[in-house]
Amino acid sequence: MLALSYAVPSILIFITAALLTLVGAFGVLVMKNPVHSALSLIMTLFGVAVAFIAQSADFLAAVQIIVYAGAIVVLFLFVIMFLGVDRNDTVRVDPLVGQRIFAGTGVVITVGGLIALMARAHWVTGAMSVSTGGVALAPGSGNVQQLGTAVFTTYIFAFEATAALLIIAVVGAVLLARRERTSDESES
Amino acid sequence: MNVPAAWYLILAAILFGVGAFGLLTRRSALIMFMCLELMLNAVNLTFVTFARTLSDIGGQATVFFVMVVAAAEVTVGLGIVVAIFRRRTSTSVDELSEMKG
Repeated sequence: MLALSYAVPSILIFITAALLTLVGAFGVLVMKNPVHSALSLIMTLFGVAVAFIAQSADFLAAVQIIVYAGAIVVLFLFVIMFLGVDRNDTVRVDPLVGQRIFAGTGVVITVGGLIALMARAHWVTGAMSVSTGGVALAPGSGNVQQLGTAVFTTYIFAFEATAALLIIAVVGAVLLARRERTSDESES
Repeated sequence: MNVPAAWYLILAAILFGVGAFGLLTRRSALIMFMCLELMLNAVNLTFVTFARTLSDIGGQATVFFVMVVAAAEVTVGLGIVVAIFRRRTSTSVDELSEMKG
């Protein structure tokens, strides 16, 4: 058996993560009600967080839960309920002829190509990266310190840029969602 | 021994495919954003897998930045959806066929 050459817990964790992720993803795809899609999205995000923990990215798993499941999905739900679009989406109508078939074919070709590439290519050489000075990635929560060091030294400019990006995004969102009183009054 | 990285990479590829299919076929702008999140998560999973395999913290740092950019993107995107909905009373992208607001 192929499965017996690896530790059973890691296989179980992988199966859990894969099931959560894929069931949630298909839920997002097929649910008619946007609220149900958003809840399926939470399931997928938890599955990805499980996969993160299994691959010793504990900090990112926590950020995944807090930022994605805790903030982004809540933002989605807030907008869905604010707009009142939680009625049936037009899933069945197909304005473009054969859109689903073309989309499915393209996706199958892309994913099949990716998997075939992974099966044949040898990207992973096992060599240490140069940027970390040959220090191995510590397992589990030991690499939170490594991640912090990397973000605040190697990637400090990118980190500062994200601060500016977040400010710009917040101001832009407020500007977009703001009700323009003057123009509404002039139109009516 | 941990499961091989290829399993996680294949999982990420399938997740990306599901997200891409949803992005191409669904009409509601909100669902399209959710499918975009699926694709971003697939890419994040790939980065984390390669970070483990190559023993490089850079992959995890990149995922950190991808998460920040995704948060900003969703904020602005949903702001645009709200602004469009106010004019058109619909989130279907098919009805957004003209530039004029």
